[in-house]
Order: sequence, then structure tokens, then C-alpha cells
Amino acid sequence: MDIQLKRGLLDVCVLAAIKNEDSYGYKIIKDMKPYIEMSESTLYTILKRLELAGMLTVRTSEHDGRLRKYYHITNAGLGRIQDFKNEWREVMCIYQFVTKEDK
Amino acid sequence: MTKQEFVIKLRKKLSGLPRQEIDERINFYVEMIDDRIEEGLTEEQAVADIGTVDEIATQIISDIPLGKIAKERIKPQRQLEAWEIVLLVLGAPIWFSIVVALVSVVFSLYMVLWSVIISFWAVLVSVAVCSPALVIAAIVAAIGGNGWNAVLLVGGSIVCAGCAILFYLGCKYATKGAIWLSKQIVVGIKKCFVKKENV
Repeated sequence: MDIQLKRGLLDVCVLAAIKNEDSYGYKIIKDMKPYIEMSESTLYTILKRLELAGMLTVRTSEHDGRLRKYYHITNAGLGRIQDFKNEWREVMCIYQFVTKEDK
Repeated sequence: MTKQEFVIKLRKKLSGLPRQEIDERINFYVEMIDDRIEEGLTEEQAVADIGTVDEIATQIISDIPLGKIAKERIKPQRQLEAWEIVLLVLGAPIWFSIVVALVSVVFSLYMVLWSVIISFWAVLVSVAVCSPALVIAAIVAAIGGNGWNAVLLVGGSIVCAGCAILFYLGCKYATKGAIWLSKQIVVGIKKCFVKKENV
């Protein structure tokens, strides 16, 4: 897949992974694995970027005697997912046009 | 490799980066390793699953902007003594010009690289323009009743078109190579800053 396209998609995928409940690094990677592969370093960069953009917040809490960081989606993050859905509707329209002749 | 060894090795590779940045990254990887162990992997497997220390270190170094790394390196570790400040100011004509010279050398190398690429593309454009121009010349020659000249010019036009296609492939790969090389240079400069602290 095109690198620029994948980068944009990964941001939304990470937000989608924490959409319903707060999640942590390893779980995010595991949840996304069937759909899109991502390395730890990439995830770190994306989480940092989303945090700076105010799309998620981070809290550290204790788990099994050690610390674990949990990521919580903000309204801005939910808005980003909504934007993605709207944009993608247009992209799907274009996709149908592009593939119309393939029969 | 145990988790402990992984952390020590990674920390060593990253020394010279901002302290807080290193701690935050390492905590992130440790959490990832712990979560894998919790899921049933052995410590060795969990560490292997994360990737090699070299890969991770290179990725981290290329993530952090050069300016931030340089700033961290230049920042003095302690308060400067009065005489050191005086020396710094007095020595400014020397060290400042050396820094300027070094930066200029790196910058000019970079410019040389890209000038070569630009000249490649210029040759391509000129050859590509020649092709239709020769066709026009051939038509003019044909109208003027100069049949053999026209044939010659059409032949030249075809040769130019062929060369342009070949040159295009060359230019494309040269440009890709130059982009790759520029990235390597930036990572290399960053690594210079990082390595110094290991000595």
C-alpha cells in the first residue's frame, strides 16, 4: 500500500481501536493485526502525534504490580473518525466509478 | 536476550538523546514486553518479538528531529565558569568560523548532489524537446523539396525520442537514489551526535 495512504489510515485505525473503551499499546496492536500490521515504533509515533493533536489522552495506572499506559479518545478524536467516514464515502464513490468498466 | 539486557543495550544506543525522550521510549517497549510475557510468551520470545535493538534505535533516531538532538548535545552539563565564558567569547572568531565552515561543507555537498540530479533532468528535457523539433525541421525540409534531408531529420527525431525514454528511466532511479542518500546523510549526522556520549 502507498506509504502516505497507509499513514493516514493508521491514525484512524488507532483511534478506532480505543473508540469503545480505553486501551493500551499491546492490545491496540493485537486488535489491529487482522486488518493492518504495525510495528511498536510506528505505534509510539502515532500515539504521540495523536496526543499532541488532542485526539487522545493518556493515563498511567497500575496493572499487576507494574505501570501501564491507557489511552482514552477525546471528542476531537471521535470527530476525526467521523471525518474519515465522510471522506471515505466520497472515496468509495470514486472507487465505483474507477472500477465500473471492469466486468 | 533478557528484558534487562534489551533495556541496557537500547539505552546505550540512544545515549545522547534527550533524557526524558529515552525514558519514555524505553518504558513503552518494556510495557510491550511485559504484556507479551503476561500473555504466555517467555521473556526471550517477548524480547525477540519486539525487534532488534539496532532496528528500534535507528527508527527512534530517525523519528527525532535533528535540531532537538543537536540542542541536547550542545547543552552544557553544568554551569559554565566565568573564565570558560570569557574563553568562549574570545574564541568566537575561531570556533564560530569552524562551525560555519562545517555547515557550509555539508550544505554544499548536498547541493552538489542535487545539482547533478537537476542536470540529468535538464539533459532529458533537452533531448525530449529535440525530438518534436526535428520532426518540424523534417517537414520544413520536405516542403522545401529536400527529401533526403527530411528522412535524415526524421531518423534523428526517432533517435532522440528513444534516448529520452532511456534517460527518463536513468533520471528516475538517480532521483530515488539521491532521496535515499539524503535520508541516510541525515540519519548519519544524527548518529554522530548520539555516538559521542558512548566513548
